[in-house]
Amino acid sequence: MPKKTPKKRSEAEEKPNFVVSDHVLVPKHEVCTEAEKKEVFDQYKVQPHQLPRITASDPAIRHLGVKVGDVIRITRKSDTAGEAVFYRIVSSE
Amino acid sequence: MEIPVYKQVDKIVFEIMSPKFIKEMSSAKIVTPELYDKEGYPVDGGLMDVRLGVIDPGLRCKTCGQKLKECPGHFGYIELARPVVHIRFVKLVLDLLRSTCRECGGLLIPKNRLAQYVTELDQIELTQGQSERRDRIAEIVAELKTINKCPHCAAKQKKIVLEKPTTFLEDDRRISPIEIRTRLERIGDDDLPVFGVNPRAMRPEWGILTVLPIPPVTMRPSITLETGERSEDDLTHKLGDIVRINQRLFENINAGAPEIIIEDLWDLLQYHVTTFFDNEVSQLPPARHRSGQPLKTITARIKSKEGRIRHNLAGKRTNFSARTVISPDPAIEINEVGVPKVMAMKLTVPERITSWNAEYLKSFVKRGTAQYPGANYVVRPDGKRKRITDETKEQLLEELQPGYVVERHLLDGDIALFNRQPSLHRMSMMCHKVRVLPGLTLRLNPAVCEPYNADFDGDEMNLHIPQTEEARAEAEILMQVQTQIVSPRYGLSVIGCNQDAISGNYILSKYLSFTRPEAIDLLMSVGIEDFKRVPNKKIVSGREVFSVLLPEDFGFNAEPKSNKPADIENAVVIKDGLLVKGVLDKSQLGAGAGLLLRTLHKQYGADDMGVILGRIYKMGINVLLKYGFTAGISDIDLSPEADDKIRTLLNEAEADVHRMIGQYEQKSLELLPGRTLDETLELRVLERLNKVRNETGRVVAENAVASTGTMMMVRSGARGNLINVAQMAACVGQQAFRGGRISNGYKGRTLSVFKKGDLGPEARGFIRNSFKSGLKPHEMFFMAMTGRDSLMDTALRTPKSGYLYRRLANAMQDLKVEYDGTVRDASGKIVQFNYGEDNLDVSRTEAGRINVKKIIENLG
Repeated sequence: MPKKTPKKRSEAEEKPNFVVSDHVLVPKHEVCTEAEKKEVFDQYKVQPHQLPRITASDPAIRHLGVKVGDVIRITRKSDTAGEAVFYRIVSSE
Repeated sequence: MEIPVYKQVDKIVFEIMSPKFIKEMSSAKIVTPELYDKEGYPVDGGLMDVRLGVIDPGLRCKTCGQKLKECPGHFGYIELARPVVHIRFVKLVLDLLRSTCRECGGLLIPKNRLAQYVTELDQIELTQGQSERRDRIAEIVAELKTINKCPHCAAKQKKIVLEKPTTFLEDDRRISPIEIRTRLERIGDDDLPVFGVNPRAMRPEWGILTVLPIPPVTMRPSITLETGERSEDDLTHKLGDIVRINQRLFENINAGAPEIIIEDLWDLLQYHVTTFFDNEVSQLPPARHRSGQPLKTITARIKSKEGRIRHNLAGKRTNFSARTVISPDPAIEINEVGVPKVMAMKLTVPERITSWNAEYLKSFVKRGTAQYPGANYVVRPDGKRKRITDETKEQLLEELQPGYVVERHLLDGDIALFNRQPSLHRMSMMCHKVRVLPGLTLRLNPAVCEPYNADFDGDEMNLHIPQTEEARAEAEILMQVQTQIVSPRYGLSVIGCNQDAISGNYILSKYLSFTRPEAIDLLMSVGIEDFKRVPNKKIVSGREVFSVLLPEDFGFNAEPKSNKPADIENAVVIKDGLLVKGVLDKSQLGAGAGLLLRTLHKQYGADDMGVILGRIYKMGINVLLKYGFTAGISDIDLSPEADDKIRTLLNEAEADVHRMIGQYEQKSLELLPGRTLDETLELRVLERLNKVRNETGRVVAENAVASTGTMMMVRSGARGNLINVAQMAACVGQQAFRGGRISNGYKGRTLSVFKKGDLGPEARGFIRNSFKSGLKPHEMFFMAMTGRDSLMDTALRTPKSGYLYRRLANAMQDLKVEYDGTVRDASGKIVQFNYGEDNLDVSRTEAGRINVKKIIENLG
């Protein structure tokens, strides 16, 4: 199946003049400290590649100044549980 | 935790066999088209050479020394007199010829820019994937074929065209495969990656065949007909052609025959080799048998639905299975399946003889294959299967002793797996106990139609008989119907009462009362034999009869459907196993509804719940058998007052619509936000006409006699709804077609009986009549239009949504909830940190919820 990859975004599109995380529908993203990060790896007994990924350029975390390998904690509203915590590891592209 | 990886597939490399490799792997050189000599023995150097493997029992392979079925077969080869083009590499050869110099073999790219192309391609593969890389290669080739001067040796390039299927022309002059081969040989290894060719895996000149591998005889076995005649495989025929022409070509070349004759033979060889690989090349006439049917050559063996991959590798078949039409039988239990006697005599269960059951099993063997509880085969301890026939019976009976296995006919109570496609969820394949019945259909209790999504309009289902103790135990413990009652999708019962079973229990709990003997009679018919719980009084109410089916200590309070007094009055209350008040309907007894069945399951376990549900179901049906139940058109007769009311409502609505049309024509109609005048009118009219249909429906609901069969079915939820009744009794309503009223079409009107541009309700598909009063011709026509439209819609939508579901199911099939509550795929990657975010096993909840209050109450 032919898949089209989107064209590289231009510089202006790269940097919008607003922060998406201010929007009500964007869940809370925060960077874990090294200690928290270790706790996540230990709790779930996972290697970094087994965590879900998020790209460093993702609009929801771009303003946080993250680096590849950081773990992001996402706290979302959930229909079933009220609030659900999710972790993603920052990856390059 | 680090999971140690011992071996991991890093990559797979596909290569092309070189002529040298073909010779090395071969165990025989084939030189003659003859197959057998006068004695019928394979000729040395013939296509059935004994060195190519064995296909006759008892013989040993000349190459590996193994017997039939042990020897995998061995390749041979033919030395082709002249090279021929391999049909599968024509495209690649053409690309290479066009993009390289005809003199020096250099790529038509200047040396300094070659690296640039290679890096570009690598970059594309890295960022966009392999198919994009291939797209780019095609673009590069298209660019190169227009270059007409070699950047390396400055030779002039000519235009090369492919005359399909296998002839190459250079400025209308034919290039022979020999010449093509020499040109391809000149291409340097360094240039190949540009074409996506890995020089370590293949050289382009190998796309022109000089030797042809001969497949082993084991993949083209000859068959011996009853007449003793040998019939050869299609591939052998084709290879015979190739060898024969090849020999003639050799002879003619050696004899120095004229070039024309040699060319003709060469073309013929090319044709045979091409059809050997693919007999469906579009420009070639397919090679045929004498009978005229086309030969099945290599490509035909592999591809398409009947090919090796989809038929043999992906398509598996099984023994000890059966399939036929299904029909309902409410008299059998929920976890039973009715098996026709003829099937029971073909399907067998192996049973091992011990000193305790020897006589019992011998009696089966004694009855043989033709008498019902008999046996078909006896398996000796060495694994030999002996069919029981009149001749072998006596001897087998003598022989039988502990350690032998008897394959006896299916008996009542045997374990079977029952399945209906599409198998979309785990309830599509459940374990049932066999019940051998007369007739020719598989029978199932109608209560289990829901999980299988079965009906009896010609549906067929499959039956499998597990053959080992482990398989039977597993099926019985994990897959039996009652263990599947609670759905893992929504945490309620997937099986429940339907149709008559609902109407019956509704009538029982709402209207009926019996004398004590009548009540006992009814209870006996559902299998109750202990009557101490039947109240000892003259008249027993329907609720009291129903209560006997419930466990003695059962308590349950249903949520009222709404806060209306009538609904609160009809809410089910069960106390100490007595149905104190309330009416049983679909919301209590139906599949996937209400907590009554769920609570029974939870408190008394799957097995007891299965029995109780079976009894409730039978109770419903037996009530109707005794009480009688019928539905007729007079069920929905309305009083003259109600009819008047409906007529007035319809007249009012039509007057309203005409008023709106008047406003529309004067353009004084108030516009809806974001709509044009036309759209506003359509929406307002549609809204008004739907409103009146609902209003008439309400009149019908209020005025219809509640105790008629039709209304009882509707009220109990067994079948039909209020809209159906309203359509029968009051007004069918507006026919919607492509999201609006029926449009005027090309000629400005829906039918020629109307004036052009008529916007009134009648002219645009509003059916004022009811099914009972009868439709007018134009109304019937409009109904037929929407009817056909919705029929097509379902016919087109079903496969689409089915495929969507299949893709989802396949994408998620190896996701698994681990012991730590995370959802992971097969490689341990986390998909969800907590299953469903709340970590609840839905099949242990009530409709996805845990009722903490109830749990605490039950503790106290």
